[in-house]
Amino acid sequence: MKKNLNVIAAYSIMMVLILLVGIFQSWNVALSIFNLCLISAVMTMGANIQWGYAGLINFGIMGYTALGGLAAVLISVDPVQEAWRAGGFDILMGLWLVIVMILVIRFVLKRFEKSKIRTYSIAAIIISGILLIRFSMEPGIEAIEAVDPAKTGFLGGFGLPIIFSWIVGALFAGGLAFVIGKVALGLRADYLAIATLLISEIVIAIIKHEDWLTRGVKNVIGLKRPAPYEVDLQTTDWFINLVEKFNSGKLDLISNLSDRQAALNQFVIEGSSVFVKLCYSGLFLIVVIILLILTQKALYSPWGRMMRAIRDNEEAANAMGKNVVKQHLLIFVLGSAIVGIAGAMLVTQDGLFTPGSYRPMRYTFLIWVMVIVGGSGNNFGAILGGFVVWFLWIESAPIALFLINFFTVGIPESNTLKAHLIQSVPYFRFLMMGLGLLLIMRYRPKGILPEKIEIK
Amino acid sequence: MDILNAIILLLNYIFIPALTYGSQLALGAIFVTLIYGILRFANFATGDMMAFGTMVTILFTWYFQSLGISLGVLPTALLAIPFAIIFMILYMLSIDKFVFKYYRTNKSPPVQLAMVSIGVMFVTQAVVRIIIGPSDRRFFDGEKFIIKAREFKEMTGLNEGLALKSTQVLTVFVTIVLVSLLFWFLNKTKTGKSMKAYSDNEDLALLSGIDPKKIVMITWIIAGILATIGGALYGLDKSFKPFTYFNNMLPIFAAAIVGGIGNPFGAFLGGYVIAFSEIFLTYAYKKFFMYILPESMEPESLVQLLSTDYKFAVSFSILVIVLLYRPSGIFKGKVL
Repeated sequence: MKKNLNVIAAYSIMMVLILLVGIFQSWNVALSIFNLCLISAVMTMGANIQWGYAGLINFGIMGYTALGGLAAVLISVDPVQEAWRAGGFDILMGLWLVIVMILVIRFVLKRFEKSKIRTYSIAAIIISGILLIRFSMEPGIEAIEAVDPAKTGFLGGFGLPIIFSWIVGALFAGGLAFVIGKVALGLRADYLAIATLLISEIVIAIIKHEDWLTRGVKNVIGLKRPAPYEVDLQTTDWFINLVEKFNSGKLDLISNLSDRQAALNQFVIEGSSVFVKLCYSGLFLIVVIILLILTQKALYSPWGRMMRAIRDNEEAANAMGKNVVKQHLLIFVLGSAIVGIAGAMLVTQDGLFTPGSYRPMRYTFLIWVMVIVGGSGNNFGAILGGFVVWFLWIESAPIALFLINFFTVGIPESNTLKAHLIQSVPYFRFLMMGLGLLLIMRYRPKGILPEKIEIK
Repeated sequence: MDILNAIILLLNYIFIPALTYGSQLALGAIFVTLIYGILRFANFATGDMMAFGTMVTILFTWYFQSLGISLGVLPTALLAIPFAIIFMILYMLSIDKFVFKYYRTNKSPPVQLAMVSIGVMFVTQAVVRIIIGPSDRRFFDGEKFIIKAREFKEMTGLNEGLALKSTQVLTVFVTIVLVSLLFWFLNKTKTGKSMKAYSDNEDLALLSGIDPKKIVMITWIIAGILATIGGALYGLDKSFKPFTYFNNMLPIFAAAIVGGIGNPFGAFLGGYVIAFSEIFLTYAYKKFFMYILPESMEPESLVQLLSTDYKFAVSFSILVIVLLYRPSGIFKGKVL
């Protein structure tokens, strides 16, 4: 108990902060911050597995998040029959060609010794394959994108419940991580960082511009929900009764019947959106807890010990007969898959998929700030980092506004400098993140909750 | 005549834009490579530092414009750049003093320094956005074109026009002058040679009495000059928007690594490799083939290898390929 005092204290402070937002701003805001904190926590757990457990640097988090989001679209959207009829065959042909190309490359790699000729022939196969695939898919893509472009213009998905996409998102992200890991994990740390950053940009470019698959920058909106809709809730009896019971104290004060009804309606409208957010919170919390249990178990298992050994001294671990390359690949895939879950969760919560919104600042570097600030190598630290940093990211604008007003209290509103500062309040979040990261790295390099390894 | 038209077409749409863009990338890439070679970390704040330098340039330009000072046909920004460089160098030296120095003296691993540079990136981004805002700004004044497309057509009687913007000529000219000065400095002066030695082998360099503090300071000064001029030229040619500068960091990194990180000459060429391949692969060659092929063989499609949407993806793919087959870059890295 005593050992974990700092963990409990840190989490209590965080919860109190969110409750304060609920009391002073609104419960809606508090819950949406809480939900995104939970999603961020899943992302940081993924990054933490890679960085904290194994010392692998992965700046491609944005790419895996987007793939998770793509999974949500592909699983939950109903298939667009017309588009399938228009160009489905060409697309399937194209996919078949991709598989053939990969098989041929594998065959060449297996069959022939490593040589210059082999390298060049593989390059030739890839280039001619890409050209062939492009030309065979072109008419299909055009036909699909022409099908009712204002509403669909893409193939749609499988029409399954969106919850499934959380698993599929993990599979997508893990698959991509497997390919990237195979080719890039041999690179030195900083090269790996740059390579993963650039590869994630390529992934985003593909998601943005392959309209037949993702609708691209036209966005997919109105995804199915695992939670009830506010409009439905507002007309269900049990929910109205629940809200009435919950607010009976306030309602009893109103004697006029029509006023009472109006107040109740207001409560129901507010309550419905809080209720929906609570549903999401419950779902996300389940995911976070399951992942936390699994990662904690892994950390203290023989496998976790081996990972730390590899992280701390790769050569020694190698000499002890541990397959460093294989373990690195495994952990790269696992961490990325967790990020993929988070990506699917994010799209589930928003109910829309906007490829244009995936930017490295928000989805890669911010997550890294979370991991470093929270404490790499410690799962509780990583989750806390997700909470603290996301909370500050959202609340930094009000805080900055308050500080500016506080320090310039004597200056009139019309002062240009003050007006300019107030106008640029949203950008203080970058300043806060940067300073936070720099201060933590300087004075508490292991994060708020440092890694603690107990030898049992 | 058709052949001439085809050549002019390529010049106008591929060669000149790529040369300009390549020069802008090259300056950034040399900046990255110098920091990597001497201070030994990948500087993720590159794009934002360039944005900072450009911002100061813009502020000075506005100040000079309000005073009524101008350079006539040349953009006023040229006058502002030297002042901006001074600010930029001060900014970089203070960042080094308050942030990077601690990790350098502690001999932290490069990854940690790269992480710290992300903190610097956030702060610089905030400073730029708070001071000048996130919106698009044009600060070009003076004569816009050296040759206008229509004038060129009238002059030569060709179908294709050749437009030559003054910013393009300026960019290429300034880059050539700056890079030649830099190489002269690195190869011929004593300080330059000691920088090379320091980058090559730190311990040996220290043994032979090279002052590391001086080396670091000069590196930041050169970096400041490169970042400001590179950023300002890009802003003059296109426009200044903080977010674009942040994004430009990616092709700049690609250029530096393709050329062999730590090798300034490689970075210089890497900039052009990236720029030319981006434009070569995404240009639609239909019109070109219409000129050189007989009428019966004219292509119907656009003859475009990749759509322009994949411009960035091209440079990153080149980088990934280079990293996989020649991790040390086309020109072997780490020999400043």
